[in-house]
Amino acid sequence: MSTRATRARSGLAAGRFDAARALREAGLAAFVAFVLFLPLVGFELVGGEGRLGLEYRFDWVLIGTAAVFVGHFLISLIRAVRGPARRAQGDAGPIAHFFTVHATWFGVAGVVIAFVLPWTPFGNRYVVDVATTLLIYVMLGWGLNIVVGLAGLLDLGYVAFYAVGAYSYALFAQWFGLGFWECLPIAGVLAAMAGILLGFPVLRLRGDYLAIVTLGFGEIIRIILLNWYEVTRGPNGISGIPRPTLFGLEFARYSSDGMTFHEFFGIQYDSHHRVVFLYYLILLLALITNWFVLRIRRLPLGRAWEALREDEIACRALGINPTNTKLTAFALGAMFGGFAGSFFATRQGFVSPESFTFIESATILAIVVLGGMGSQLGVVLAAAVIVLLPEFGREFEQFRMLLFGAAMVGIMVWRPRGLMAFREPTVLLHARGRGEEAPR
Amino acid sequence: MTTPLLVVEHLTMRFGGLVAVDDLSFTAMDWKITAIIGPNGAGKTTVFNCLTGFYRPTVGRLTFHGRHGPVLLEREEGFRIPRHGIARTFQNIRLFANMTALENLVVAQHNELMRASGYTVLGLIGWKGYREAERRAVDLARYWLDRMGLLPRADWQAGALPYGEQRKLEIARAMCTRPRLLCLDEPAAGLNPRETAELADLLVEIRDRENIGILLIEHDMSMVMRISDHIVVLDHGRKISEGTPESVRNDPVVIKAYLGESAEEELPEEVAEDLARTGGGS
Repeated sequence: MSTRATRARSGLAAGRFDAARALREAGLAAFVAFVLFLPLVGFELVGGEGRLGLEYRFDWVLIGTAAVFVGHFLISLIRAVRGPARRAQGDAGPIAHFFTVHATWFGVAGVVIAFVLPWTPFGNRYVVDVATTLLIYVMLGWGLNIVVGLAGLLDLGYVAFYAVGAYSYALFAQWFGLGFWECLPIAGVLAAMAGILLGFPVLRLRGDYLAIVTLGFGEIIRIILLNWYEVTRGPNGISGIPRPTLFGLEFARYSSDGMTFHEFFGIQYDSHHRVVFLYYLILLLALITNWFVLRIRRLPLGRAWEALREDEIACRALGINPTNTKLTAFALGAMFGGFAGSFFATRQGFVSPESFTFIESATILAIVVLGGMGSQLGVVLAAAVIVLLPEFGREFEQFRMLLFGAAMVGIMVWRPRGLMAFREPTVLLHARGRGEEAPR
Repeated sequence: MTTPLLVVEHLTMRFGGLVAVDDLSFTAMDWKITAIIGPNGAGKTTVFNCLTGFYRPTVGRLTFHGRHGPVLLEREEGFRIPRHGIARTFQNIRLFANMTALENLVVAQHNELMRASGYTVLGLIGWKGYREAERRAVDLARYWLDRMGLLPRADWQAGALPYGEQRKLEIARAMCTRPRLLCLDEPAAGLNPRETAELADLLVEIRDRENIGILLIEHDMSMVMRISDHIVVLDHGRKISEGTPESVRNDPVVIKAYLGESAEEELPEEVAEDLARTGGGS
């Protein structure tokens, strides 16, 4: 109905082009651009000869302003000719729908590519390292997807659980000499308990209020880590965190106790081995997370999470205990954050509160939202955009964050509900293509 | 011979200085349709909210003869009440709009499935017992989708269904909790006369075939008068009349409540006739 109305209006707009209005709007945009460009572009600090000097580039300001004016006018002109851009509202779009329907195949292909990546010709150390970072974010995104995507609880402090996981491994290793594999479940349990701890006070909150409290929780954890000097060594962080072993085999040139990986297999020592091992480790952890989330979506608990996201009052009327349901979402989401944190600690060999600032929470949340709430494949795509874009943008130096921001804005304009906004039902009565087709 | 299903005694609900329900007592029988009617703001939905645990009554005893014997509803936590066998629908439809119709009905069987999935643990490892329980849940959902004529649209998003079908789906969802008492809050609101008539038939059929009690809030008097076995009339939170459709329809107090103090003298003849026929409703 509304699309028909907009189309009718656009037909009117396409008929005549209001030049005066377009000029006025372009002028306004140019003025805003001028005000912004004047300090940003107009002055340049130049070093040299032992002192700083100021250079003026007002010609650049004028060129930029003129470009904005002309550009804005042209956009108005194009819009008037073609009609306004189609408003993407709830619709998933044919591409996203295609991706979701064939998600299994894309998933299998993705996993195969991920497995062979270190053995391909371009699987050098840099690529494997970036891929490891990407997988950490994918795993965090999948973990947060439980809380935000499925249960619909906006969590701005997810990094707290990441920190709890990282520090539990670091501290248990330092104080009790535990290895990575012993600490992994401990980190998961502690993070889950932190999740429940956060869950209790926010049970009654929704939306903005929930976001503020979770944001505060994230900061509280970071500030505790920063100030509890006797245990966490504050801003100095904890270094010398042991690296993970493969069934007791260390990835080092020499081992003080036990065998090393290259000795056991009788191959030359190569520092690349450890990088690849870490890569496979996070790949495994991420795949477990994915398996878990996909599975639990089809279980009553997962359905209850989604139902809770849709309507809490209706859930109560159906006998679903909202308290338990929310707390399990917080706990399980946090648990995977804790696992990822443990991996982060063992990969870096060093943790400090610096790594767990709000920007991390925001990045993970951005991955979930950009991906399309609740979509597993969407998280991968969005994580790829967010992790890889700054890497590709390295040639643009200081402009890469600008590029990054523009890409995020662009995605949200074209796909307001995320890259993969299509929700796959957890149970179908009719085989696909049978039964009546729902309007899309 | 019928037995009492729900006994409401001296129910009072105050919000600050406002008395929404004032000393209300009535009994809803098993295998009967009990209607609660009254002008807007009479406190009908408040009664429902007290029964289904959304409000805790200020005063009163609500005895429900449920699945596990008699239970005092005012002492139960809200989300536990459905487990005794009370299901409800809402005045403004509350479906899980982004989930499919089938999923809505499966979620309604949450507690049963949760037990079958070993509180998720057994379900995660794909235990056979859970898969069978899920199949049974889908079968029950399929049965109700079929009864409501929604079977071809089982995999539609609930929010994409037309309004009338959303109403039906909400009733189906309530029935999937296998209730002993079904509470319907204005199920005919927004339906056209034909859909309303169909709904009335459906409710009678549910009462007779599922052998449950129905508690009904409704403004559509033609429907209320046709299908109700017992009617409770509220005005300003107080019960002003009670009885069979015939007795309520002819009760001058009820007519006064609906049409105002001096209604009878001023009414044109045809309106008075209409009123006598339908029982004072609009």
